[in-house]
Amino acid sequence: MSRGRANAAGGGHPVLDPALAPPFPVAALPVLRNSQLRKNVAHATDVIQAKRARVVAEKDDWQALRNAGAAIRDHVLENLGAYLEQFEERCTAAGGTVHWAADAAGARSIILEILRQEKAAEVIKIKTMTSAEIQLNPFLEAAGVKVFETDLAEIILQLGEEEPSHIVAPALHVNRSQVREIFARRMGLKDLSDDPQALTAAARNYLRRKFLDIPTAISGANFLIAETGSVAVVESEGNGRMCLTLPRALITLAGIEKVVPRFQDLEVMLQVLARSATGERMNPYTSLWTGVTPGDGPQRFHVVLLDNGRSGILARKTERQTLRCIRCAACMNACPVYRQTGGHAYGSVYPGPIGAILTPQLMQMHHAQSLPFASSLCGACYEVCPVKINIPEVLLELRSQVVNQERRQALRFFDPMYVGLRVANLLFSRAWLFHAAQRLGRIGLGFFTRGDGWIHSLPSVGAKWTQTRDLRGLPSQPFHAWWAERGRKPMKEAK
Amino acid sequence: MRASLFITCYNDTLYPETGRAVVRLLERLGVELEFHPRQTCCGQMHANTGFRSEAFSQATRFVSLYQNAETVVIPSSSCVAMIRDQYPGLFEELGNDELRRQLADLLPRVFELSEFLIDRLGVDDVGAYFPHRVTYHASCHGLRGLHLGDRPNRLLAKVRGLDLAPLPNLDRCCGFGGTFSVKNGDVSSAMLAVKLQDVVSTRAEFCTALDNSCLMHLGGAMHRQFAGMKTIHMAEILASTESDPAEGLA
Repeated sequence: MSRGRANAAGGGHPVLDPALAPPFPVAALPVLRNSQLRKNVAHATDVIQAKRARVVAEKDDWQALRNAGAAIRDHVLENLGAYLEQFEERCTAAGGTVHWAADAAGARSIILEILRQEKAAEVIKIKTMTSAEIQLNPFLEAAGVKVFETDLAEIILQLGEEEPSHIVAPALHVNRSQVREIFARRMGLKDLSDDPQALTAAARNYLRRKFLDIPTAISGANFLIAETGSVAVVESEGNGRMCLTLPRALITLAGIEKVVPRFQDLEVMLQVLARSATGERMNPYTSLWTGVTPGDGPQRFHVVLLDNGRSGILARKTERQTLRCIRCAACMNACPVYRQTGGHAYGSVYPGPIGAILTPQLMQMHHAQSLPFASSLCGACYEVCPVKINIPEVLLELRSQVVNQERRQALRFFDPMYVGLRVANLLFSRAWLFHAAQRLGRIGLGFFTRGDGWIHSLPSVGAKWTQTRDLRGLPSQPFHAWWAERGRKPMKEAK
Repeated sequence: MRASLFITCYNDTLYPETGRAVVRLLERLGVELEFHPRQTCCGQMHANTGFRSEAFSQATRFVSLYQNAETVVIPSSSCVAMIRDQYPGLFEELGNDELRRQLADLLPRVFELSEFLIDRLGVDDVGAYFPHRVTYHASCHGLRGLHLGDRPNRLLAKVRGLDLAPLPNLDRCCGFGGTFSVKNGDVSSAMLAVKLQDVVSTRAEFCTALDNSCLMHLGGAMHRQFAGMKTIHMAEILASTESDPAEGLA
């Protein structure tokens, strides 16, 4: 099966490496033409949003919970170093081994080194988007380690050679009949039906063997608890529970921002996470463990703490709130942009509004600069965020950074958007110039205005408008001219 | 009561009938209006596209022009949201304490049109007559930025003859987003297509809003598609009476 094969995302295999992915508008185009994907994404996000709305509405103290969630996360970020050291100390005391990885390459080699010590030729994986951030799977495969995903959605993606398009429901863009096709083809089950029970039974058969045969596992973490040195993973299927308890050795990969101070902070975090992520009062499986327990569960336990650009974000006042994120995906379900494009257009394992701010920052603003512009700034993301990340505010900050980078490039000087905004600024700073430009604009646009008084087609940047909308021609008299003609006295000018 | 109008750049240029309707409406309600001839733009387009230094200069200009106004009325929710939500941060970044102080003094006197009518004048029945089926689009800045809440519906409910058709998925963006509509023109068009389905499903004659930017987007698509609907700023509905109907309807 070639990687270039057209898949559910349409138009060839999506690139989720921000350093290589095409700009958002380019990557979005083929997806917008994919009727099946758009239907799948709209349906799935509608279902999750409706469930979320129901369980959020039943909490009278939802806004208080959001405030508490934001406060806990902010407190962590302000004291991150101390809490990470406390986590390391407690986890180590409980028999775990803590590793620190400055970047993706560092984390990959730490993990490979552990797998070599374990003499592991195969490894099972659960609940780790962070491993996709560091592109762990292709690295391990190249190093001769076979990787088996065990989360149902991840199995679908791995067997279908698809990429994740959502951080909670990674196969959200794939529907039931597509899952049937993938399972039938890859598991050799010609007569498999698309009945959900039949599909989960097929997955169970496939998985049980992996759980029993492969003694080494890699997981992500939802929370690291500094006070106790514990790790928490939440999930819906129970496959995570298998993956976290059956193997002899377990490696947990976690971003450094995942720590919370106290065990009791889970009271807030688990409530806001489950309700925001899956629209459930509580997620079906919450696994919590502390180091190693002799004779029970994995006997060798490693935590890899990943920085990979996070401490750089921490240092910036407006952007710091990005790291409050608990990966619930409520922002993408609510986002009218994501709801049309799905996740792949974002060119990163982190799509949607949070991806639009997180990805460019993880790339130190050297890649993915189109992402901060992939938003209409409608604010739906901020409204649903359980830890109150003001995503539009961060988007604007990043847009300004991108413009400050780009406007120094000679090439941009003649870019129609840059020219237009420079000219507009000049006009807005002098009313008489603005008014003169209105008169000139009326003459210029007059060439494009049809007899019905509307503009149906414009050149250059304007063509992006007129591809789907008309524009009413400029009226003969702007408001200020009408007012002046009315002969009213203008207000006294402030000095 | 005296109020100073801020008819922002695109309303002045593209939709002067909105400004004229605001004048008819507010003068009918006994408000004495002023219009500063040197006003241009609030800076939203620059700020939202990342041109922050240009946005600073528009913001500074607004504050210096209006600092002595008794009240400022702006018939554009996104421009009000720009002033209320973004100016404080811009001035903080600029490190200009004098401007920050002037802004803090001015902000309580800056009103979006429906806020001015309901909160400042205390009226929801403005004596309007508009015998048409109308659906209301709650633009994102009005809904989530200004938290206009039920103000627009309270005003529309008192308009005689008006048949108000609720818009499904009221909280969803129409896809305009300023320069987003051309920078991400295809995605914007996809969002517009989905929104337009909801708007057309109301079988209204008019789609109204408190922001001409969304209406320019929706209206442009309605015109292109011969959708059999028009857009109209709410000021024009509220200004309309039996003897003086909205412009273009007479």
